[in-house]
Amino acid sequence: MSAYNFAFFDEGSKREIRRATLKAIAIPGYQVPFASREMPIARGWGTGGLQLTLSLVGKEDVLKVIDQGSDESVNAVNIKKLVGKTTGIRATEETSEATLIQSRHRIPEIPLSEGQILVLQVPLPEPLRAYESSELVTKKLHGEREYSGAWLMLFEQIMRYGNMSTGADHPVLVHDRYVMAPSPIPRFDNPKMNRSEALILLGAGREKKVYAVPPHTQVVSLAFDDYLFQTESSAGNSCKLCGATDVFMDEFVHEETGETYHQCNDTSYCLSRLNRKVLHQEVPLNG
Amino acid sequence: MDDFMTPLLSIKNVNKQFGDGCDTCLQQEKDVLIKNFCPVCGTVYSCQDITFDLYPGEVLGIVGESGSGKSTLMRCLYFDQDVTSGEAFIRSYKDGKANMFEESAQQKRYIRNHVLGKVYQNPLLGLRMNFSSIGNIAEKLIAAGNRNVGHMEDRGRALLTHVNIPTYRMKEAPKNFSGGMQQRVQIAKALSNNPPILLLDEVTTGLDLSVQASVLDLIKQLQRELNISIIIVSHDLGVIRMLADRTMVMLDGKVVEQGLTDQILEDPQHPYTQQLVHSLV
Repeated sequence: MSAYNFAFFDEGSKREIRRATLKAIAIPGYQVPFASREMPIARGWGTGGLQLTLSLVGKEDVLKVIDQGSDESVNAVNIKKLVGKTTGIRATEETSEATLIQSRHRIPEIPLSEGQILVLQVPLPEPLRAYESSELVTKKLHGEREYSGAWLMLFEQIMRYGNMSTGADHPVLVHDRYVMAPSPIPRFDNPKMNRSEALILLGAGREKKVYAVPPHTQVVSLAFDDYLFQTESSAGNSCKLCGATDVFMDEFVHEETGETYHQCNDTSYCLSRLNRKVLHQEVPLNG
Repeated sequence: MDDFMTPLLSIKNVNKQFGDGCDTCLQQEKDVLIKNFCPVCGTVYSCQDITFDLYPGEVLGIVGESGSGKSTLMRCLYFDQDVTSGEAFIRSYKDGKANMFEESAQQKRYIRNHVLGKVYQNPLLGLRMNFSSIGNIAEKLIAAGNRNVGHMEDRGRALLTHVNIPTYRMKEAPKNFSGGMQQRVQIAKALSNNPPILLLDEVTTGLDLSVQASVLDLIKQLQRELNISIIIVSHDLGVIRMLADRTMVMLDGKVVEQGLTDQILEDPQHPYTQQLVHSLV
C-alpha cells in the first residue's frame, strides 16, 4: 500500500483534524468546525468518525469498529478493512483489548477504561436543529447558553406522547455548559458518557464538526423536574443466547412460531459471555 | 415618591438609523432630509431622539402613518434590532440604573423573558407555527427557567382558556388556527410570565371587525385584571381611542405630539395630527 501515506491521509490533513480534536477536548461539548476531507466512502456513512480514527491511529493501536452493536456488519467490516490496509494495524472484537473504538449507534456494554478512545459517528451534530434551522442562530444560542429549544422539543414530546420519547440522540448537557447531541445512541447508553474513564470523540463528516467529552466530564441527560430521564427498560427480558439481563437488547420475532425473543445488541459482549460459559462448564465443543 | 408616579420604563433619546450617514445629513440641520431619508447617502433615520416614560398600569398608544418608525421603535424595545444610540431604563431591572440597550446579549434575553412580552402584527414572527399552542406558551416559561411540565401545562391551559381557545385544541399547532385565534395564542404566550410590560404591535390590523372587537376586549380586560403597562402601536385611531390613556403621534421618525388621548383627539395641535383626526370617520 505504498500508494497511500500511513492511515490514508497525508500528514498535514491528519494534523489539521487533530488540531480541531484538541480544541474540542479543551471545550467539552462545543462543536468545532473542521475541514472535512473527501473520503473513499460517501458522506453520511461514518466519514466523521473515520477521519478522527485515521488522524489518531498509530502503529501500536488495536482497532474495534461497531455498527449498531455489531462487529460484523458491512459498514463495520469495510471501515476495519480500510484502516487495516492503510495502516497495517490489528483489529479486534474484544472491547477491553481495543485502544481505539469507532462506533455507530452504540457504546459497548463493557465499561471503557482509561487510555481507550471511543469515536462516535454523528449524522446531525446540532441538538437545536429541529428547533431552529439557521446555523447562524444556533451558534448564537450556544454562545449565549440559551437552550430553551432543547427543552421545548422534549416538552412537545411529553404533550404529544405522554413521556419523553426520544428513540436515540437524547440531548445532554456537558460540563454544565454546552448542550450536545450524543449521536444516535439509545438513551440506554447516555449514562455511560457521564464521568467516562475513556475519551469520547464525536465526528460529523458531512456537517464538518468535531466535538468531545473528555474523561471524567459530567454529562447530564436533559429532563424536567416532574418527568425524569429514563433509559429504555429491558426489565423481564433476557438474552436468548447468553442469558444477560441488564443490557440493551434487540427484539426478534421467530419466523415460524411467531414468538418474540431478545438478544444482546452488543454482539461481541454476547459472544464473550458465551465463550466464558463454554470454558466454565467445559462443554465439549464438538458435541 | 409613590409607586405609580415613578416610571416603569424610561426611554431617553433613542435613535435608530439604517445606513452610516454622510457629511450632509450628519453635520447640518436635518432639513436636508426628505421625510426621514437622506437624498445624498440614502440613510434612513427611522427613530430620531425619541424620549418618553411609561408608568405602571398605563396604556400608551403610538399612532402614525406607515413608515413613521412606530414598529422600528417597538423592535428596538424588544431587542429584535439594536438601537443606534439612546438609553432605556426599567425600574424592576437592576433598580432602573442599567441602560438596557448596553447590556450583554444574555442580559437582554433575560429582560425579554422576564420583564417584557410582545405581540407581533404577524403571528409568524411571534409563534412557532409547527409546535403545539401549549408548547408555544411553554417556550417562554422554559426560557424563564421553568422546568416543571405539570406547572407549565396548568399555566398554559389557564392562559389559553383566558383567551378563549378551547382546551381540546391546545395541543394543536397554531398553523391550523384562524388569524384571530393565532393572535390570541400570541397574547397568551406574551402574558405567560406575567410581564409588567406588554408591547402590542398592530395586533388587530388585518382581523375582521368582530374578531378585532373581541381581541381588544380581551386586552382591555387583561390589562385591568393584571394591571400591566402596555405600549400599543396602531395606525387605527379607533383602537387607540378605546385602549390608550396617553398617546404619542409619530411622523417621519419623530414624536410630533403627545398627551392624553382625549386631548389629542379633541384638540390636535400638529398639522399631521389634525389631518389624522379629521380623516377619522
